[in-house]
Amino acid sequence: MTAATLDPADTLRSEFAVEGLRCANCIARLEHGLASVPGVRGARVNFTTRRVAVRHGAELEAADLCEAMRRIGFEAHLFAGTEATQDKRESRALMLALAVAGFASMNVMLLSVSVWSGAEGPTRDLFHWLSALIAIPAIAYAGRSFFISAWRALQYGRTNMDVPIAIGVVLTTAMSLYETATGGPHAYFDGAIMLLFFLLAGRFLDSVMRARAQDGVAQLLRLVPKDVMLIGPDGSVRSHAAALVEPGMRVLVAAGERIGVDGIVQSGCSSVDRALVTGESAPEPVEPGGRVLAGTINLTAPLTLRATAAGPDTVIADIARLMESAGQSRSRYVRIADRASRLYAPAVHSLAALSFLGWLVAGAGVHQSAMIAIAVLIITCPCALGLAVPIAQVVASRALMRAGILIKDGSALERLAEVDEVLLDKTGTVTLGSLIPVEGMPELPGEPALLIALAQASRHPLSVALARSVGERNVTPALIDEVEETPGLGIRARWDGREVRLGRDDWARGIASATPVSTAATLAGCTLAIEGGAVHRIGFADRLRPDAVEAVARLRAQGLPAMLVSGDSAVVVAEASRRLGILGLPRTSPAAKHETIDRLQRGGHRVLMVGDGLNDGPALKAAHVSMAPASASDVGQLAADLLFFGDRLAPVPIAVSAARRTMRVVRQNFAIAIGYNVLAVPLAIAGLVTPLIAALAMSGSSLIVVANALRLRGAAR
Amino acid sequence: MNGVALLIPIALALGLLGLASFFWAARSGQFEDLDGAALRILIDEEPESWD
Repeated sequence: MTAATLDPADTLRSEFAVEGLRCANCIARLEHGLASVPGVRGARVNFTTRRVAVRHGAELEAADLCEAMRRIGFEAHLFAGTEATQDKRESRALMLALAVAGFASMNVMLLSVSVWSGAEGPTRDLFHWLSALIAIPAIAYAGRSFFISAWRALQYGRTNMDVPIAIGVVLTTAMSLYETATGGPHAYFDGAIMLLFFLLAGRFLDSVMRARAQDGVAQLLRLVPKDVMLIGPDGSVRSHAAALVEPGMRVLVAAGERIGVDGIVQSGCSSVDRALVTGESAPEPVEPGGRVLAGTINLTAPLTLRATAAGPDTVIADIARLMESAGQSRSRYVRIADRASRLYAPAVHSLAALSFLGWLVAGAGVHQSAMIAIAVLIITCPCALGLAVPIAQVVASRALMRAGILIKDGSALERLAEVDEVLLDKTGTVTLGSLIPVEGMPELPGEPALLIALAQASRHPLSVALARSVGERNVTPALIDEVEETPGLGIRARWDGREVRLGRDDWARGIASATPVSTAATLAGCTLAIEGGAVHRIGFADRLRPDAVEAVARLRAQGLPAMLVSGDSAVVVAEASRRLGILGLPRTSPAAKHETIDRLQRGGHRVLMVGDGLNDGPALKAAHVSMAPASASDVGQLAADLLFFGDRLAPVPIAVSAARRTMRVVRQNFAIAIGYNVLAVPLAIAGLVTPLIAALAMSGSSLIVVANALRLRGAAR
Repeated sequence: MNGVALLIPIALALGLLGLASFFWAARSGQFEDLDGAALRILIDEEPESWD
């Protein structure tokens, strides 16, 4: 625990954001790996935030540590520090305040129970004094956030939910102190501190939901490296700021590095991890003439690029800008709890003031009138109201989490419940985003065995798909030798004394004399050819998620006619939309998707966008609410309000139904909270409310609201 | 009355003890990484602890 004090004086502490932390094994591997790096004095992973804190000697630079982590197998970036801690600080302050209020209210309640059960005279006074001793400091500490916020609102001549709370608590405490000092029968310390406790519980749950909502557009651009290696006209290599690279300059990208500019490959054959852009985890091969985008990772071999765009002109920067402007409309959304409080605060003020004046006019005296007005303030305390929304949302989001749906934004459930139109992206959303062979598979004796033997020899995505597909049939690979892979063309080998090729159509067909057995070439694919023998054109297609048809049918049953929007060709989209039985919009560019959503929303619709790729980013941001599969690109994950895990599409209708049930429970909770007030307020105005009744009413309504929300535990169905 | 005079301070002291330990736990970062704590139990050998 005191390891830090044993460290030499020059120990520095650096924090890194780490990609690819998934399990306990990763934690152990990264911590052990770092500990064995010379100069590192300790490393601790925070799995919740996906960060690692490293204590190290001054001789180690952040870049060295990043390099060390890359060798261990993790991509890490120096974490700049203080941002995003605002929400966390708030959550923690609320938690501590909640603990203090809980402690004080329990102890005060113990004393109050003895008073209610008939303590008299000096004992009652002693207990009142003890209550005051516990409650007043606790109220001062736990109520700070309410007092400060109410004071700010009053300074600007406005009113908010905190004003009646602050006034109620302060007046109640003051009046109870006066009663205690004069030996009166009723002190409301228990009511005041309990009120704070319930309100803080609501605030805390709310801040837990809110803290999840983070706008990560800036995070996206941080993935693009700041510096690139520039190749001068004389062939010399020097480091240069990525944003200042001019189109036409030549850039060298080492294997394992993130690419800093958009460009065209001049020389080098490598593969590129485009997960940031497409969400596709399989590496994509690139060869001279191919385009690469800033932010993607060059995997296997060094590449020389001719830059086409840098800094603010890159595709990824464009997308980030579009997302930022699209997100602005959403931040104007007013959450239901805030809407309720706008109506609530003035009503409570005037009710309490009216009962004070009413009793004064009726000749009750200032003291009694004030007591009654305070009872009204306590009884109308919005604690059940403050709990109504957050407790329902927290319970529902837990249930959804267990069903594999992650809510990133606190108000997402509210918005999801209002949706009346669904747009689905095709690739990776309705489909799995991975290719499977669908036609032209060789079935002659011995051919499947040959195919799997060739396919296993390569890491090309099509080969991997073929190996997986044939492997499912338990075929034993044939014996082949002289296996040779040519990047960009395919694999050749010798089988039974004949040459065989698997790869690009024209290249593979070169050794064949016979006409192709199957010639369909409408689909992407490759050719298997046997010297002097058969030629097979194997076509690949993306596969629908296994339950896509049912999920879309369920959405329709929920009154949500879905629509397919895709950048793919008309043929492919027509096929998918025919199978799903919905309308399909082919050849939709990112801007056109955004435009479609805008048009629908201007027409009064509220759109749910489900998409995954970089090109869906702006649409995901512009839609009323958005979902993305967890396999989505970083962009998709950042832009979406909800993420779902797994191969199924069912989470989309499940989330919609859970959101609608949540809002139904929220409305019921409002009705319960307001119903309680409607019953109790006349009693308070009539002057019949004692501290006992106030405490029962308050905790009773809060407990019922919580119990009602707990029904949502099974909401994710 | 004597019993009460003894029991009330004891009850308060115990409550304060609980509150103080909660404050300590929150300030010393016990609630910082709840997901990680759930996973760390699965690691066979823990490297020496961090402050």
